[in-house]
Amino acid sequence: MAFETFADFLNMGGHGLYVWLSYGLGLLTIALCLYLPIIQGRETRRSLRRRIQRESVKS
Amino acid sequence: MASSWLPRWFYQLASPRWCYSITGKLIPWFAAIGGLLFVIGLVWGLAFAPSDYQQGNSFRIIYLHVPTAILAQSFYMLMAIAGAIGLIWKMKVADMVAKSVAPLGAALAVLALATGAIWGKPTWGSWWVWDARLTSMLVLLFLYLGVMALNSAIESETTAAKSTAVLALVGLVNIPIIKYSVEWWNTLHQPATFKITEKPAMPAEMWMPLLVMVIALYLVFGLAMMLRLRNEILTRERRAGWVKELLGS
Repeated sequence: MAFETFADFLNMGGHGLYVWLSYGLGLLTIALCLYLPIIQGRETRRSLRRRIQRESVKS
Repeated sequence: MASSWLPRWFYQLASPRWCYSITGKLIPWFAAIGGLLFVIGLVWGLAFAPSDYQQGNSFRIIYLHVPTAILAQSFYMLMAIAGAIGLIWKMKVADMVAKSVAPLGAALAVLALATGAIWGKPTWGSWWVWDARLTSMLVLLFLYLGVMALNSAIESETTAAKSTAVLALVGLVNIPIIKYSVEWWNTLHQPATFKITEKPAMPAEMWMPLLVMVIALYLVFGLAMMLRLRNEILTRERRAGWVKELLGS
């Protein structure tokens, strides 16, 4: 461990704001990059399924 | 197909159906290994790596900044190469790859610029300087945004793919400029951490977590890319028999 206490870890030798702001932004961006296509994929499959069902009823 | 000197997987890649099925099999592996490496790299870099003797703990931003900057450039090259393959062989899947990569590359470029700015404040005393490395990275972001704007502005999928491929290929000239900007011009930015021909200048306990984070982010963003690609394949191939079969049951 590079830190003695958990408070030291959070403080990052006075640079806590910069380090945690960076990692906060990073985690948020990565989460969005994964979450958005998953939601979009669900929506795409749902609307395609509905369309396929409509077409099979017609024919 | 024009010639047979290309390997078989190249032609398999051209099949949207094959791509949809192979990415479906790869996704759980990318998620498991990428997630594991990400957690290891994060804990290692933030809590266990020694602090820098000059920069103290703000240097830990490197474990996010360098991987995102590397990936933003790799994804750009992927986008340009996929675009070129789409132009030359009229491969639909290549066009879809190029389109799926663009927003992720833009997010990575934003992240590299943002973490760089946050790191620059305590280190250089300024959020931003109009320096060669920073400016060429900003140009990379604008290239991504240009590709995304073209994609959404052009109605026809094939025309959009062609125009974005040309833009991406022209913009490729920016990649060596980013790479050599720290050598060609006087800059505040420090030189590359990893070089193929030399040992890293920092000790192993500092660069090993960095390597783990680079691999982790390749896997995580590869995963995001496959998720986007699959949505794109389903949407464009919605009239194909296999999609109807897949979703109809």
